[in-house]
Amino acid sequence: MLNKMWGFLIILGICIAAFNGRIGNISTAVIDSSREAVSLCITMLGIMSIWTGLMNIAKKAGIIDSLTRGMMPVLRFLFPGVPKGHKANEYIASNMISNMLGLGWAATPAGLNAMKELKELNGQKSIASADMCTFLIVNISSLQLIPVNIIAYRTQYGSVSPTDIIGMGLLATTVSTLAGVVFSVIARRLAKIRKHT
Amino acid sequence: MNFLYYLSDGIIPFIFIIIVGYGLLNRINIFDVFVEGAVDGFKTVYKILPTLIGLMAMVGILRISGSLDYLVSLIKPISRITGFPSELLPLTVIKMFSSSAATSLLIDIYKQYGPDSYIGTLASVIMSCSETVFYTMSIYFVTAKVTKTRYTLLGALFATIAGIAASLAIVRIHYKL
Repeated sequence: MLNKMWGFLIILGICIAAFNGRIGNISTAVIDSSREAVSLCITMLGIMSIWTGLMNIAKKAGIIDSLTRGMMPVLRFLFPGVPKGHKANEYIASNMISNMLGLGWAATPAGLNAMKELKELNGQKSIASADMCTFLIVNISSLQLIPVNIIAYRTQYGSVSPTDIIGMGLLATTVSTLAGVVFSVIARRLAKIRKHT
Repeated sequence: MNFLYYLSDGIIPFIFIIIVGYGLLNRINIFDVFVEGAVDGFKTVYKILPTLIGLMAMVGILRISGSLDYLVSLIKPISRITGFPSELLPLTVIKMFSSSAATSLLIDIYKQYGPDSYIGTLASVIMSCSETVFYTMSIYFVTAKVTKTRYTLLGALFATIAGIAASLAIVRIHYKL
């Protein structure tokens, strides 16, 4: 879909520019934008690498493991269909912690494994279990501690204080995750009631 | 709202102290481990650069042609009803499908209004509390070969909209609007 949209929007943009008599500005816009993408990535390289380096220390020092273990009581509440000590717990917890710390590339493999385990618990059916729904809703509501990339973009575009948004972002992301959790719990109950009647 | 400022200022130093301190206590060669991990940051940025160049060039063309201004004035009525700035509506919708496309639009907003303006701040907060709903759902369900997704989409959209509404409220209070 992105392929067609990209092409369509470029053609549309050029046509509208021609209509507005700005066709001469297109080449400059393209050159400027591509150069900007590169300098943005240079700023991001610094901030991202600091963060991933720091997180590697956290991993090797066992902080991430103990955070994952600390998630277990939360998982008991959110995923009543997953037995205690099941492998799915570990994958779900590590996916959630990685997402929280902004480690997307570590989150996805763990998350996909979690889905596989949840599917097995559901007897390999092609319909999502309540646990799968909860897992994805909470995953998508994305509780994120530090929006590292947003801070990088703000730095690049001359923000006086790029980290000012951390507190507000944290509050907003907490609201969205709580909304996701409440929705999942209610939807699970409703589905159960409907099954019994 | 002052505590949010202290939180913003304090959280990064706090994370540094905890992680570095914990690493020292566990007798880890923290600097070596840091350098090893920093390579992951390089890889992540390296992977998104080509995507970002392609999408930012597209947004650049749309911006210079005036199309983005047309779009914003077209959706103005929606923002008059909801109080949500129409400048941010395209960004919010695109974010549900593609993270890099949303980044390109976010950059465009920073350039037009500045990252510290009301619009820029609201855009930053929304981007830090929302996810690519449709993209994530399709990756996970396709991999697990699950076709009936029940109430997942509804729940994910509900959480996302709650986050956006919260962002709007928080930033408005912050700017005393």
